[in-house]
Amino acid sequence: MTGLVFDAARCTHCGLCVRQCPFSALSMENDRLEVSAACRMCGVCVRSCPQQAIRMEKADQPMLDKRQWRDILVYVEHDEGKIHPVTLELIGKAHELASVVGQHVRCLMIGDQIEQAADTLLDYGVAEVLVAQDPQLRYFRSDNYTAVFAEAIRMRRPAVVLVGATVSGRSLAPRVAARFRTGLTADCTVLQMRENTDLVQIRPAFGGNIMAQILNTHHRPQFATVRYKVMDPAHRRPRTGQVVRMTLNETMLKSRIQLLKTEPHPQQTSIADAEVLVAVGRGIRDEKTLQQIQLLAGKLGAQLACSRPLVESGRFPVYRQIGLSGRTVKPKLILTLGISGAIQFTAGMNQAEKIIAVNTDPRAPIFDLAHVAVVGDAARITEQMLKEMEEISEC
Amino acid sequence: MDPQTGVLRRGGIETKLNPYDLYALETALQIKKKTGARIVVLTMGPDSAMAVLREGFALGADEGWLMSDRKFAGADVLATAYTLTEGIRQIGEVDLILCGKQTTDGDTAQVGPEMAEVLGIPHVSWAVELVDVDERGVTLRQPLTEADALVRMEYPCLVTVEKGIFQPNLPSYRRLMQAREMQVHVLRADQCEQLDPDRIGLSGSPTQVERIFTPQHEVKTLRLEGSETESAAALVAMLREMKLWEGGQRS
Repeated sequence: MTGLVFDAARCTHCGLCVRQCPFSALSMENDRLEVSAACRMCGVCVRSCPQQAIRMEKADQPMLDKRQWRDILVYVEHDEGKIHPVTLELIGKAHELASVVGQHVRCLMIGDQIEQAADTLLDYGVAEVLVAQDPQLRYFRSDNYTAVFAEAIRMRRPAVVLVGATVSGRSLAPRVAARFRTGLTADCTVLQMRENTDLVQIRPAFGGNIMAQILNTHHRPQFATVRYKVMDPAHRRPRTGQVVRMTLNETMLKSRIQLLKTEPHPQQTSIADAEVLVAVGRGIRDEKTLQQIQLLAGKLGAQLACSRPLVESGRFPVYRQIGLSGRTVKPKLILTLGISGAIQFTAGMNQAEKIIAVNTDPRAPIFDLAHVAVVGDAARITEQMLKEMEEISEC
Repeated sequence: MDPQTGVLRRGGIETKLNPYDLYALETALQIKKKTGARIVVLTMGPDSAMAVLREGFALGADEGWLMSDRKFAGADVLATAYTLTEGIRQIGEVDLILCGKQTTDGDTAQVGPEMAEVLGIPHVSWAVELVDVDERGVTLRQPLTEADALVRMEYPCLVTVEKGIFQPNLPSYRRLMQAREMQVHVLRADQCEQLDPDRIGLSGSPTQVERIFTPQHEVKTLRLEGSETESAAALVAMLREMKLWEGGQRS
């Protein structure tokens, strides 16, 4: 029997578990606890029951010889040889994990004419870069990339596989993981290695403000994806590794996805997708300040957004407006300049991971939800920030 | 010529259609207009998820299937993907499987690609445009990291669609009324002929949630009330720390 086990003799029908269940999966029917398919086995009920009347039971898993799976394999995300920076972040994290168990970091790079680019990864102390190159692998296609990736895993039997959570990474990693019938944890924010090579994977879960610590103890490899700019990039290390060409065959290279052509991305300017936003409000009065703010936003790789008054006065297009009558945004960082923070505005941005607010009024409502509240004139602060950045860049 | 069938899957718990799946359903409706395909909506969840399928009917789906069983509970991505593919086998010959970009709760966007792998069919993730569709396959625009690719796949295949691929319509009053009468096929574990009990629910899930916890929040606001020069320097240091500015010039 696998699942929740309910001890009717202990239950006092207090109903606490039913109320606590984040998925409304429990109900009390005829004095018995019923579990519906909505259950995610999160264990909240097990822990909340004052009578310990609920247990989670899991059937014995097949024995796994963890010693058969070693090292950490990092998938190299790139565009025609131009390596995506998330790769270096994964290598940095992989070194940290590998050092706990005294193992190596290996890379897998798939593409066409990429050997030179692959060689540059040796500067980061990786033991090996497996290179799978062929004209048929020039662009990402889910099926033949999966076949090549699977071959690399069969060759090296890594304990852990790390993939960047990019558009192609999030398409590829689940497919490869499913091929090995193993677990994959997406968008991990924390990764830690245990001495038995179990990977502790922590990610935000269930849409809410909850973190889940996830393990994949009975299966290998352990797949995790990590978003860009979550981990610290690798430092250069002495070159000790080598580039190894994989032998490929037609079966692996064959794809049922026909690539007709590629086109450059159309420019996207949706503030809803931006990771960093600089938002300006009524407090920004003159064009010169606005230009400086634009400069600052450029340096931060941020998009410019605004509150309603600036749209009404015709200085900003409506698609840049945040708030109830504009867009809802959830960036990693929002810097608000000269915005007081009326509810109509904050309702559209209070889910931002980090809020830095600049306003002259020390009691501006925006400061109630800001992580950093800067009391001061936004124009002056912007000017000083640009100056400070210039000084640092010159050093 | 057999009519094509679009299948929409979702694995959430709400009794409302996941907003991302609206785009998948709208894509199916557009394909139906062109090819006369039959649209089947499929979901896994508690019996209350029936409401989701009714919403699918109201929007124009022809048939609804609900996979609901205690034995499915506790499924992670792999077990969910496997279970849904077994549901598809019960439905019969399916040409095209359309999925929303992701769920709103788990937010992992993995179930679609894993289903394609279990079924052994090609897939394209996050299609932003349906360029062409006919009796044999689909042509799609798929974003890659630095470019868009136009790709063609023949059936059977799986596509997850990005929001905005089509603008979903609201159901008509007439269809809403009709949807109430429509019958949903409920599929229990023992009705799936080839279902491997070791691959569903908790036992079919390689990942286990060891614990869940609330992250410590620094709701405490850091106030900078010094001179503007001091505050500006502190902000720049903070942005560097957050890796939003690396000290060099960025365009």
